[in-house]
Amino acid sequence: MASPSTTTEASDRTVSALPGDLSDAVRDDAALRRFLHGLPGVDQVGLEQRSAGLATRSIKKAAKLWAIDTAISMVDLTTLEGADTPGKVRSLAAKARRPDSDHPDVPRVAALCVYPDLVEVAVDAVRGTDIGVASVATAFPSGRAHRDVKLADTRHAVAAGATEIDMVIDRGAFLTGRYGQVFEEIQAVKQACGSAHLKVILETGELATYDNVRRASWLALLAGGDFIKTSTGKVSPAATLPVTQLMLQTVRDWHDRTGQLRGVKPAGGIRTTKDAIRHLVAVHEVAGPDWLTPDLFRIGASSLLTDLLMQRRAQRNGHYSGPDYVTVD
Amino acid sequence: MPTFEYAPAPESRDLANLRPSYQMFVDGKFVDGTGRPLKTVNPATEEVLAEVATASPDDVDLAVRAARRAYDRVWGRMPGAERGKYLFRIARLIQERSRELAVLESLDNGKPIKEARDTDVPTAAAHFFHHAGWADKLDYAGYGPEPRPLGVAAQVIPWNFPLLMLAWKIAPALACGNTVVLKPAETTPLTALVFADICRQAELPPGVVNILPGAGDIGAALVAHPDVDKVAFTGSTEVGKEITRTLAGTGRRLTLELGGKAANIVFDDAPLDQAVEGIVNGIFFNQGHVCCAGSRLLVQESVAEELLAKLHTRIATLRVGDPLDKNTDVGAINSREQLDKIVELSDAGDAEGAQRWTSPCPLPDRGLFFAPTVFSEVQQSMRIAKEEIFGPVLSVLTFRTPDEAVAKANNTPYGLSAGVWTEKGSRILWAAQRLRAGVVWANTFNRFDPTAPFGGYRESGFGREGGRAGLEAYLDV
Repeated sequence: MASPSTTTEASDRTVSALPGDLSDAVRDDAALRRFLHGLPGVDQVGLEQRSAGLATRSIKKAAKLWAIDTAISMVDLTTLEGADTPGKVRSLAAKARRPDSDHPDVPRVAALCVYPDLVEVAVDAVRGTDIGVASVATAFPSGRAHRDVKLADTRHAVAAGATEIDMVIDRGAFLTGRYGQVFEEIQAVKQACGSAHLKVILETGELATYDNVRRASWLALLAGGDFIKTSTGKVSPAATLPVTQLMLQTVRDWHDRTGQLRGVKPAGGIRTTKDAIRHLVAVHEVAGPDWLTPDLFRIGASSLLTDLLMQRRAQRNGHYSGPDYVTVD
Repeated sequence: MPTFEYAPAPESRDLANLRPSYQMFVDGKFVDGTGRPLKTVNPATEEVLAEVATASPDDVDLAVRAARRAYDRVWGRMPGAERGKYLFRIARLIQERSRELAVLESLDNGKPIKEARDTDVPTAAAHFFHHAGWADKLDYAGYGPEPRPLGVAAQVIPWNFPLLMLAWKIAPALACGNTVVLKPAETTPLTALVFADICRQAELPPGVVNILPGAGDIGAALVAHPDVDKVAFTGSTEVGKEITRTLAGTGRRLTLELGGKAANIVFDDAPLDQAVEGIVNGIFFNQGHVCCAGSRLLVQESVAEELLAKLHTRIATLRVGDPLDKNTDVGAINSREQLDKIVELSDAGDAEGAQRWTSPCPLPDRGLFFAPTVFSEVQQSMRIAKEEIFGPVLSVLTFRTPDEAVAKANNTPYGLSAGVWTEKGSRILWAAQRLRAGVVWANTFNRFDPTAPFGGYRESGFGREGGRAGLEAYLDV
């Protein structure tokens, strides 16, 4: 196993869980660069054309209800404001536990996502349920801090009871081509997570090209990320259908090569039911039906749940009743 | 394992305004032909859609004479700006009646509604808009001053894109000042007759456009008519050769757009996931009933296995079924005859030792359907590598070097289109220069635009349609 070193020095990176050719890929910085740059390119026009096609699937009635409930069960209900308070977190947790009090059959969301200092409040608020507590560690959202700080941030969140850690990668290191540094940092954070699940935020809006998104996705999977996540939600563009599609291709390719299942989490910018359903169609057709579970697909969102509940009511009642019939949070 | 069952989302059949019977259109009037009426069938159900009057050789003569009168008295001498107004009006009416046309096309042809709605009808309208713009600018098109129209154009079109092929033929002909007599395919006459109604709605002078439904004999009578100045044909190479023999020595103009067996070349540095999309679009678009379909996939051996695995995964997601369902990706085969031909050629693939893979997708219980099929281990000498199948059947061959790829791609009597997939710009240009095909798509496939000339080499025909080059076929320059 890799050492939990906190320095950037390249150490022995042989990861026993990786099959032969992939552990060769991470042997040293040069090998890592060769591997990432040897991945098939991404053609922008073709990728976006396919996304446009996926978005035209017509999902109605029973299929829509199924999709809405599935989407609700995949939501990481998120509050990441500087103004967050325990009260806000408790209020969100109540909605996570019972999203629509008039309809007890609405599934619970997957997790509550908060800043590290509010993890304890969140853990307390969801106690007795299977709702996870996710926390954004590693100097979220910029990632601009010393590695020791990032690891301490992670350990604190885990110690407070977070079951999932959403880390940000060092985009500066990635864009200057210091892939080894990014790799080691993800590995070190994964180590610090212990049994908590690690979601690696690539901040695709700052990576600028689809080729970079594919490379960063592979890098995160090689380093042991359980999920690859599009964005922090603080940078525009955040999650787009082409980027989600590209990440889904990557986890599918990863599965084909290693037999391991890793997840995808688009976050930021998914506000409507229609948009969420389009992402589910992409999961279904690009990665495959195996990924249609909260274990392998999450949607990071704050206001999406409200729209999902409104649309769910509309499907059930046959008419829209307006936003005032659904709680704001 | 969770499942995601999409709900059926059928477009309303009522939008097609289907009538029990249709008449042919001659000299601005709908009239009964003196040929034996034909019944047109919905290939997705094999139910009769409508009865259509057909022309006899006498009607061909009437129509050509009407077109000649319209040419001599009105259309041939009308200023280009005036002709342009009619064409713009037709283009707008196609847009206004787009849903009706899309549903009718899907019913009559069997193609998925999403393709009729998103490709056929909008592109048909775009052809009229594009050529409407040319109508008053022909003097500046680079053919010298005052290029002249040719006169009466006889046009025969196939069943794979009934409305779009009509637009490709009629729009440039009218823009240049010619009048037309058009024969739609025997199995798909309906949208052409609705187009005739659009001409009437646009108050196009009588005789400028005449539509004669009928079988091959009427097409033969039309192209052989002595008072026709120009013949344009899209269809099989066999019929194209016959027409060439008919017109040889008459001095009449001819353009032919015939069959194809296009090579889609994937180099090892290609954007593989998008190449997969391009391959799927290249061969399964319109059930593979596309003369420029990428029916021969040439893959570099070093990525062949990986690409094939991705391709199978992707093709298995294609939904085959009711063409009117908005979720359908692959619709019905246009006719029993065509289905038999696809089955026959596929069986030849088995017999010659190719490896058949068929999509596990469910097929409807009735109607004419053929599951997406991929043959690997195909060799250049096999029938499925040489003959046009014109169905959802892909033949996969491999190559080792770029030279070998080009040599194999060009090793066909056809030459309509080709595709090149690579991230290397210089290789795209290198390959495009060497591929003998009318269109070479780079990192995409089956993209059409009225401004881009389209046409073939060798047994894929001659002459170009679309763009400035396409106008020349309808002008005396």
